[in-house]
Amino acid sequence: MSKPISRRDFLKGAGALAAAGALPISMVELAFADPARNFTFAYISDAHIQHIQGSKFVRNWDRGLIRAVAETNLLDPKPDFVVFGGDLAQLGSKPELDHGAEIMSALRYKTYYVMGEHDYYLDLGEYWSKLFGRHYYSFDHKGVHFVVLNSILTYDDWTFRRWPTAEQRMLEMAGLDNPNGSPFMVGDKQREWLKQDLAKVSTGTPLVVLSHSPLQKIYKGWNFWTEDAEQIQALLKPFKKVTVIYGHVHQIQYNQIGNISFHAVMATAWPWPYPSTYAQAEQYLPKLTVPMNRADPFFERDATGWQFINLATGNADIQYNLYNNAVRTVAFNTRTGQPEDRAYQAADKRIPPQSHY
Amino acid sequence: MNDNIKKLTPAALAAVLVAFAPPLPADEFTKEDLVRWEGEYLTVVKKGRELFTDAKLGTNGVVCAQCHPNAANTHPETYPKFQKQLGRVAQMAEMVNWCIRNPLEGKDLAADDPRMTALLAYMTHERRGVKLEPGKH
Repeated sequence: MSKPISRRDFLKGAGALAAAGALPISMVELAFADPARNFTFAYISDAHIQHIQGSKFVRNWDRGLIRAVAETNLLDPKPDFVVFGGDLAQLGSKPELDHGAEIMSALRYKTYYVMGEHDYYLDLGEYWSKLFGRHYYSFDHKGVHFVVLNSILTYDDWTFRRWPTAEQRMLEMAGLDNPNGSPFMVGDKQREWLKQDLAKVSTGTPLVVLSHSPLQKIYKGWNFWTEDAEQIQALLKPFKKVTVIYGHVHQIQYNQIGNISFHAVMATAWPWPYPSTYAQAEQYLPKLTVPMNRADPFFERDATGWQFINLATGNADIQYNLYNNAVRTVAFNTRTGQPEDRAYQAADKRIPPQSHY
Repeated sequence: MNDNIKKLTPAALAAVLVAFAPPLPADEFTKEDLVRWEGEYLTVVKKGRELFTDAKLGTNGVVCAQCHPNAANTHPETYPKFQKQLGRVAQMAEMVNWCIRNPLEGKDLAADDPRMTALLAYMTHERRGVKLEPGKH
């Protein structure tokens, strides 16, 4: 593509698209006693804006984020807010964060930001804070308590003493399969803050935790891992309805551990393989998960997309709006008490794009 | 001539045989050879891993390992296979070049380029032990 498409051009075309029903927007309708309490929010994550030099950025990842922002803007009814799930930049540089923030600024809604490791390890989130605010915080919305964690911290030794330069530290953390990496964690200080924060919330209040790392232990080799996962889960245990939404993994994953539903969101940039496809290692993928559809790696936006989350019942129902693949909806089944894919959960309902890994 | 041969003593005959004896037969090799050859292979695998994370393979800073941690989802055990998008049965090296040209915005490697060999060696090494399923999508 020789010149980037302008917003005006996109919207001109989008009118026709919407009419043709090509925009994959469909609300998950759920019966709920008080319709005024229904709300939805959109989730865009893992943009990995990557700087080449000067004013050039990797076009592929730019397009993924631009498309997510444009489609989210066209949502009707409007979501209450948007969450950005982390890894806006690829190497945490000022040009990348600026370029990502510029693309995100086209969103017409209030946006909450979650820290990702690719944002953090160059300057420990200093410039990110100037753009987006605190690294961890909480807020309430229509009776739901939201907590945003910085869950990509690691051992002090690795962060402060291991590497000669900040650039080197960022590069080492940037490699997913880098044996010199270090496991993610929330850490003592933030867990203490979380304990105090949750003490003010009644156990009947629905709780949504927004995190970059999974708050579970899935596969350590690729840092699909949170070192203090059990301790965090223990803090969440007293609450009746808890949803954890995490980025980082660039694939569909979902799970239920006790009272906590876990949902991964997709990346706008690129998809990642499931850990089970690495033949040389042992890992654990939530058994519930129906893998994402991988139709056509030759299509630039294959297995990428953004999410639309309905919190009507206090549990999250997530619609994955994928550009090149069937829309996936993972909703909380109140009968079984766990999330399930609306179309594909049963083994006999799977289609080849989900099983050809 | 027969007289000459008849005149060779056993010692002389033995000497002649030794002088003209062939070296060890060509297809015999030792444990040391095996170690050395495997070492050569692992060196190339290591080179392949370096290229897998080398931004100079393309022109935009993107590296293979970004989308393929530990070369996962490259599926060397399924090649050659029908690649829908190429419209024909293709070899893994062609897919490697597709990736270099497209997401990495770089130039094709020749099939016998040592860098291609190294990349293929690394990817296959990370997939060792998995049974062959050529043609599987």
